[in-house]
Amino acid sequence: MSGTYLGMPAFPEAAREAVGNETLRGNLRHATHTIRAKRAKAVTEVSDWTELREAGKRIKDHTLRHLDRYLEQLEESVTAAGGIVHWAADADEANEIVTQLVQMTGESEVVKVKSMATQEIGLNEALEAEGIHAYETDLAELIVQLGKDRPSHILVPAIHRNRGEIRDIFRAEMSEWGRPAPEGLTDTPAELAEAARLHLREKFLRAKVGISGANFMVAETGTLVVVESEGNGRMCLTLPETLISVVGIEKIVPTWRDLEVFLQTLPRSSTAERMNPYTSTWTGTTEQDGPSTFHLVLLDNGRTDTLADEVGRQALRCIRCSACLNVCPVYERAGGHAYGSVYPGPIGAILSPQLRGTGSEIDASLPYASSLCGACYEVCPVAIDIPEVLVHLRERVVEGGEVTREGNKVVLRPAKGHAAERAAMRAARWAFTHPGALRTGQRAASRTRRFHPRTLPGPGRAWSGTRDLPPVPAEPFRDWWLRTRGGKDGAK
Amino acid sequence: MRVALFLTCVNDTLYPDTGRAVVKLLTRLGVDVDFPMAQTCCGQAHYNTGYRHEAEPLARHFSDVFGEYEAIVTPSGSCGSMVRELYPRMGERARAEGRGDTLAATLAPVVPKTYELTEFLVDVLGVTDVGAYYPHTVTYHPTCHGLRGLGLGDRPRRLLQAVKGLELAELPGADECCGFGGTFALKNSDVSAAMGTDKVRNAESTGAEVLCAADNSCLMHIGGTMTRLRTGMRPVHIAEILASTEEEPAV
Repeated sequence: MSGTYLGMPAFPEAAREAVGNETLRGNLRHATHTIRAKRAKAVTEVSDWTELREAGKRIKDHTLRHLDRYLEQLEESVTAAGGIVHWAADADEANEIVTQLVQMTGESEVVKVKSMATQEIGLNEALEAEGIHAYETDLAELIVQLGKDRPSHILVPAIHRNRGEIRDIFRAEMSEWGRPAPEGLTDTPAELAEAARLHLREKFLRAKVGISGANFMVAETGTLVVVESEGNGRMCLTLPETLISVVGIEKIVPTWRDLEVFLQTLPRSSTAERMNPYTSTWTGTTEQDGPSTFHLVLLDNGRTDTLADEVGRQALRCIRCSACLNVCPVYERAGGHAYGSVYPGPIGAILSPQLRGTGSEIDASLPYASSLCGACYEVCPVAIDIPEVLVHLRERVVEGGEVTREGNKVVLRPAKGHAAERAAMRAARWAFTHPGALRTGQRAASRTRRFHPRTLPGPGRAWSGTRDLPPVPAEPFRDWWLRTRGGKDGAK
Repeated sequence: MRVALFLTCVNDTLYPDTGRAVVKLLTRLGVDVDFPMAQTCCGQAHYNTGYRHEAEPLARHFSDVFGEYEAIVTPSGSCGSMVRELYPRMGERARAEGRGDTLAATLAPVVPKTYELTEFLVDVLGVTDVGAYYPHTVTYHPTCHGLRGLGLGDRPRRLLQAVKGLELAELPGADECCGFGGTFALKNSDVSAAMGTDKVRNAESTGAEVLCAADNSCLMHIGGTMTRLRTGMRPVHIAEILASTEEEPAV
């Protein structure tokens, strides 16, 4: 994945800063609660939501099971329609392919449709290194790019910014990139949107190369589909002479008919809209209409390895709606940056450690960035059991085991830093399989209760820093039961 | 009906009052309660922290201890969901790892017989009015594993609404996690504390004297935050409210 996130600290440290930032917490709280309520309403409007969710899950599972076949079908269809298909095993390969394709056009500027895949591989940075400037045209991505910031949400990358902050970014930065912000720009949404529109229009009309991702690829016709709210994506897909689409291999659906399900569940889950305002589809090239050259870069980057894991593979069903982010109490407090990946929130916590492996500190900490409350699973429109995968990945971190990396089976060793915990878990397991030992421990705790410290040492300090401990009772329940047989012997 | 009380290791060690309340309540409702002394822990902390293989002996121990009873009642949505939701999954995983059906077969008998307390009262005993008296304003926090794991729905609220003298105050953001999450509270203590603080502030805004839930683990976290923030509110397990009567009122 993107090199920009390398060297991130583990999630708890990254989150600590966010939790202490009152403005950030306020922005996130307001935004997630608003969209959460809207989503809930949009979903209850559909009488067959449960069936749609199940259908989406099944279509995705079926496609993933036969991914090899559908990818070959897609390549044939795209080629037959006049497109050129490229295969990229990882981020470096994808960046190299795209850079060369742009260089072949002789252009040094490209316009971009908001795309998670190109962010995942760090395409903008790779292009920049070769002197090619990539302009983000999605409003929120523009705000992030102008602010030299990182996206904090899958769907609303600038969710962590409020209107005042956005006005300040526009005023300070727009002139560096092109048309400056209008004089006296205020923080009203209409004025901010107009400033962005004028700034972007210049780019759209000048650009000869467009770069996109896709929400879906239809295998039977080789059609790519982008759903969006602003129309900027359609401008990028239709105005340039050359279009390069970088798409993860899991984005495939077999037929047009399958789209019906997702075109209902995606907008309602993501923006709480009944239908997304713009649905653009393109199939290869058409004379005198749209780009005359079309390249499709199919990106693996850890997806085949993820597919090899029978519990974790369900993460590949994800349609990037971000409903799980909006309901997640951990995301709400920690913000998107703490996840150290372009995929934040609950889905990021299971996707990143699978795509990248659990080798780095941040990736080993992500499976623990959840209280397992289950709200993410409940809202997921393709029924990804995120808590199940989180626990599965925790097991991988603490116990190691066999995984697939770059197509090969490798045996992971347990991650460092869990030795004390492992010892404690083993000791607890021993005590819990020896009821007598448990009872002895309970009694010792009760007898010494007057001497218990108010703050705890070691890892327990994390508890007693912000919370009081309950006092240990004079007598554990089992002793009371033994003494009274549940009150039958008279004593209370 | 011979019912086994699975009190959970947390309740047994730290919250014996909850266990006494469950015994009192079920006995009052005519249930013959037994407390198998060999019981320990369901293994949830192990399982959820990633130590599934350490959790397996605990799950087998649970089945050995409780397998013969007609029903197993626990005053914990969290431990209840461990047995009902995750024991079958442990069996499936063992099978997928080529270890055969032994674990699944060992755990299967206890899965359908395990009930969270409020579920047992409403679904098995068929009561919502348990004859309780509790003259306080109470707000109810539906814990995550009870709410989403077991799907307790409005059962606890229906039981509380039938309690004489009790005034139920709606908790804003009720279905949001309190931030406990077992080892999450230690591993991500800052986020956990922020979630707990928000939960307590929401509870305070209701004006209730008591925050009630069907899980002492969550109550330990919420209660510890309450005293640290000096709110004056008290955490109380729902069993203690339902066990309280005019003759023997809970404190």
